[in-house]
Amino acid sequence: MTSIITGAEQGDIIAVQGLTKRFRGFTAVDNVTFSVRKGEIFAFLGPNGAGKTTTIKMLTTLLNPTAGTIQVNGHDPRREQNAVRESFGIVFQDQSSDDELTAYENLEFHGVLYGVPKQLRRERIEQLLKIVELWDRRDARVKTFSGGMKRRLEIARGLLHHPKILFLDEPTAGLDPQTRNRMWEYVRQLNREESITVFFTTHYMEEAEKVAQRIAIIDHGKILVQGTAKELEKRTGKRTLEEAFLALTGHQLRDEEAGAAEQMRMHRQAWRGRGR
Amino acid sequence: MRTLSSIYILWLRQIKRYLRSPARIAGSLGQPLLFLVALGFGFGPIFQKAGGGDYVQFLVPGVIAMSILFTSVFTGVEIIWDRQFGFLKETLVAPVSRITIMVGRTLGGATISVFQGCVVLLLATIFGFRFSPVMLLPALLFMLLIALLFTALGTAIGSVLEDMQGFQLIMNFLLMPLFFLSGALFPLSGLPEALTVIASVDPLSYGVDGLRASLIGLVHFGVALDLIVLAAVAGVFLAVGSYLFTKIQI
Repeated sequence: MTSIITGAEQGDIIAVQGLTKRFRGFTAVDNVTFSVRKGEIFAFLGPNGAGKTTTIKMLTTLLNPTAGTIQVNGHDPRREQNAVRESFGIVFQDQSSDDELTAYENLEFHGVLYGVPKQLRRERIEQLLKIVELWDRRDARVKTFSGGMKRRLEIARGLLHHPKILFLDEPTAGLDPQTRNRMWEYVRQLNREESITVFFTTHYMEEAEKVAQRIAIIDHGKILVQGTAKELEKRTGKRTLEEAFLALTGHQLRDEEAGAAEQMRMHRQAWRGRGR
Repeated sequence: MRTLSSIYILWLRQIKRYLRSPARIAGSLGQPLLFLVALGFGFGPIFQKAGGGDYVQFLVPGVIAMSILFTSVFTGVEIIWDRQFGFLKETLVAPVSRITIMVGRTLGGATISVFQGCVVLLLATIFGFRFSPVMLLPALLFMLLIALLFTALGTAIGSVLEDMQGFQLIMNFLLMPLFFLSGALFPLSGLPEALTVIASVDPLSYGVDGLRASLIGLVHFGVALDLIVLAAVAGVFLAVGSYLFTKIQI
């Protein structure tokens, strides 16, 4: 019975139903329903401020939803936080490394918290730092890094332990094309060889089309359409995903530019107000 | 096993951050030194005349307690920085219970504070402070209790505040009164009724008393009561801090 109510079918590692998040009158995520199958690469595609990051925060126990149900690896992020945290890894959209620690120490810290055994930890840290071309800078403090280097370090960190689900929140924003390709190569290999489910957000069309098996287009907190790239093209009657995306979000965006800025401001106020 | 190694790595992070910031170390030693020199030598003659004995001897345990109080609360509220610079997220999504994270952070902060207290004690000997080395052990125990208590308080505050703006308020309306009304600077006997009552509900009073009893053999409440009150309040603050910490949303 419960599986019917929550919509969690066999083989779904993430099942979300009617998910809503409101911040004092501003609805960041609005009645969103979707599911991700085990071993799938799933993309959340949408413009800035669409509600992608807020959704990820609710999936990863950082934020409680206003309404709706979530199942991550069979657990509720609200009630079984530790069980949910055991099952995923995440690369955040904004900085989350410790500036005062070195690149190596940041990875070491992560590896210990995630229980990666010492030997394996060392091997993977070396391998990953070489992939993101930071091995030579491993003993430099992160505060001396450029924005792109910090980004690369955090991607390496997110891949250090091999979780069941990997959340990547705009992982390639600000990366050069070479690093971007190498990163996706590594992620796909993890997906193939260890059947790690990948959930990523992006506002790059070609990235969603190239990497993801299924895509959900989200805007203003609502999922507009979801399916494979081919299905989305067929459903919207457009020849490419880019055209489909623009058809769905483009005009709205231009019309509501002021509205979006207003919403951002309200969002910010809601957050500031909470502390007082 | 993983809980222990997690606590260790969280502790280590705090220590590394502390040692890598010489400005912070120097800055946090300046204030206790100023109190020691200005008050110690400034009020010394009057204190002596009033029959209180050597004021520097009397003052040093109070200044050590002050140094631990401020360092502890600051390391506790470091959560606010971690929140603003994003690192808090990294620890909050880790598959480690938040209690474990809280314990690791608190032990790290407490270690730094006790170290800071020891440095103040050492510096005080330059200004003529004398104590019996045998009593260092009980003194360390009291330093640790004060440090745990106030790091946990700092963590609780840091879990609720979202930015540093509210911190000035905490500083003026919580830390300063805690310090000035604790008997760190003056004897608690023979005070007006109201002040006696206030001092006896200030947990730092018991820390100062315990330290003074250990280092110079002067006692007001009694060492047993000092221990009981400090341990009990530390326990309560740890519980409250842990609860608030587990409720953090980002």
